[in-house]
Amino acid sequence: MSAFRAAWWSIWAGLRSITGDDAYERYVEHCRIRHPGATLLDRGSFYRAELDRRWSQVNRCC
Amino acid sequence: MSTPRLIRGAIWIAIAVVGAAAFGGIALNRGESINAMWFVVAAASVYLIGYRFYSGWIAARVLKLDPTRATPAERLDNGRDFMPTHRSIVFGHHFAAIAGAGPLIGPTLAAQFGYLPGTLWLLVGAVLAGCVQDMLVLFCSTRRDGKSLAQLARDELGPFGASAAMLGTLFIMIILMAVLALVVVKAMAHSAWSTSTVFATIPIALLIGVYLRFFRPGRVLEATAIGVVLMLLAVAAGGWVDQNATLHAWFDLDGVTIAWFVIGYGLIAAILPVWLLLAPRDYLSTFIKLGVVFLLAIAICVLQPDIRMPALTRFIDGTGPIFSGALFPFLFITLACGAISGFHALVSSGTTPKLIARETDVRMVGYGSMALESFVAIMALIAACVLDPGVYFAINTAAGVVGADPVTATATITAWGFPVDPAQMQELARSMGETTLYGRTGGAPSLAVGMAHIFGSAFGDGLFAIWYHFAIMFEAVFILTVLDAGTRVGRFIMQDALGAVWAPLGRTSWYPSAWAASLLVVLGWGYFLYIGVIDPNGGINILWPLFGMANQMLAAIALAVVTAIFVKSGRLRYACVPGLPLAWLVTVTTVAAWQKIFSDDARIGFFAAARDMAEKLAAGALPPERAAVASKLIFNQQLDGWLTVFFLIVVWTIVIDMLRGCYQHLSGRRPARSTESPYVATQLT
Repeated sequence: MSAFRAAWWSIWAGLRSITGDDAYERYVEHCRIRHPGATLLDRGSFYRAELDRRWSQVNRCC
Repeated sequence: MSTPRLIRGAIWIAIAVVGAAAFGGIALNRGESINAMWFVVAAASVYLIGYRFYSGWIAARVLKLDPTRATPAERLDNGRDFMPTHRSIVFGHHFAAIAGAGPLIGPTLAAQFGYLPGTLWLLVGAVLAGCVQDMLVLFCSTRRDGKSLAQLARDELGPFGASAAMLGTLFIMIILMAVLALVVVKAMAHSAWSTSTVFATIPIALLIGVYLRFFRPGRVLEATAIGVVLMLLAVAAGGWVDQNATLHAWFDLDGVTIAWFVIGYGLIAAILPVWLLLAPRDYLSTFIKLGVVFLLAIAICVLQPDIRMPALTRFIDGTGPIFSGALFPFLFITLACGAISGFHALVSSGTTPKLIARETDVRMVGYGSMALESFVAIMALIAACVLDPGVYFAINTAAGVVGADPVTATATITAWGFPVDPAQMQELARSMGETTLYGRTGGAPSLAVGMAHIFGSAFGDGLFAIWYHFAIMFEAVFILTVLDAGTRVGRFIMQDALGAVWAPLGRTSWYPSAWAASLLVVLGWGYFLYIGVIDPNGGINILWPLFGMANQMLAAIALAVVTAIFVKSGRLRYACVPGLPLAWLVTVTTVAAWQKIFSDDARIGFFAAARDMAEKLAAGALPPERAAVASKLIFNQQLDGWLTVFFLIVVWTIVIDMLRGCYQHLSGRRPARSTESPYVATQLT
């Protein structure tokens, strides 16, 4: 049962990661380790800033 | 030799034997039909062997990928774009970015030559050229802090090469957006079901955008799940709209009207904030795209449909009705993205390298995702070839070529040796929930019919109409994503160029400049779209070769940059790894461009077509509906001719620039200067 749960958990984590669902958590984690004490963007501002960055370059093909 | 090694060797020998047998079966089959599984098995074996041996050799010997070297993702980790990511996640991101409409449409059009030429080039081209290009560009960019192709070109070829690469990219994008928009318009024209479904996807995307911005910021998964369900409902609702007389009349639009809608949509979407329309639409289209690809693979394996298309058709001589031109070079120009795509170089540099956690991941991400992309192209080819050839030609050939009424059209196609009759086409259109399928050029409708046939038969019988419109919706949503995303990127490139003329124009946040640049880009592709729609020969036969040439030339530019890097970074003895595909691409595109410019055959040469039409117009030999648009078509043919001249000059300038730089380096006139970031040992465990 625990093996099944672990497998499900890793699939779920992969799905979140691949869709960018966990982008904010990863950003918070990154800041916690690399820049402790720095002011963090809130979830909404982070989402908007990320979108602007991502869509200012070629990220889709023909 | 130890036992595991022996077993591994035996497995690879078995894969090689099975692959060779499947390949031989396909190539030598001269019977009535051949099972599609042969294609799946042959393709899978070829990609596996290419991946295991060729990419392995490139990784170990040519590039000497170093797992101890810290990648830009690790060194410059900022928790956002630079972020070490597990390789299977990077693979997913990269594949989602490179998978587009091109590998679905190209093989569908190229099926006019028969199944064999397309299959061979998709496999050989991907393994030896396309996957290699993606992997090498990804490597070069990863070793250089994730620089973009334009920056790499500036460093390796100088400012002139960089400007040429950038200008080339902009024009390629404009042609790309025009041809993809044309595909959508052709699929939606006079189809209330398709049109209403595709229109419904816009408010759905807006809704998801608002949800992700205000209600649950950044919760991509749940928002996408809601959106996908709504989109499936939109497909079903389209059938209801189609039945309702009033609503049917609203959405039963002609091509030109839909073209104006698409142009207006492109402009608005490029100006609106990204979170409102562009990003949510992309989430939805990516999900649906990956789902459909996965579903198609399963359905083909379950159903194992028979291929009806012959191995070769008579059209290899260049008289093809869907696009003109002989097998060489136009097969390669038409298939384009499924075998090698220049556009991938833009994603492989700049975006993906910033996620690569370990240098050795370059192999799986670069080579592997392109192999998968090529596999998608093989499936599209299968979907086109399971149709009766007569039906395939009736759907894909424009009314200007075979005649507008069903009896003439089917008689012409039957006379080519591909029997089809009006009753069969009528029944097919009815089962797909359409009034007519004749002359639906662009590849999307015939692919949708093929997919509906495969899905409908594999997953329980019937529901062909739902599957057909689901397939149309699926193609339309990610084509529209390319339109808004492409217009936006085109706008940035345009602003960058305009900024050199007058600095304020280069400020991307200054609205007048942003709007003006967006308008210029939209007018660019909108013009080609409009001409394509009013062209009685379907437009695709002009635009797709232009797009294919442009795409392959961009690949040549990318490979020229890589070859220059190889020569300057002490990999001269392996320069043929990028050099041979480069030489091939330059040859193919030059021959194709040459024929498009200088051919006297009005079906092939742009200028010849313009002359031919001008003469007929002067002699009064054109039917009235064609005479009405003749002056626009003549101008367009000449413009296309000059555009081809421009592309040819760009690509040769870059190649000569590259050769000159390599010569100077090899003759010692210019000292070697490494453009790689210095080695730093990785801290990742």
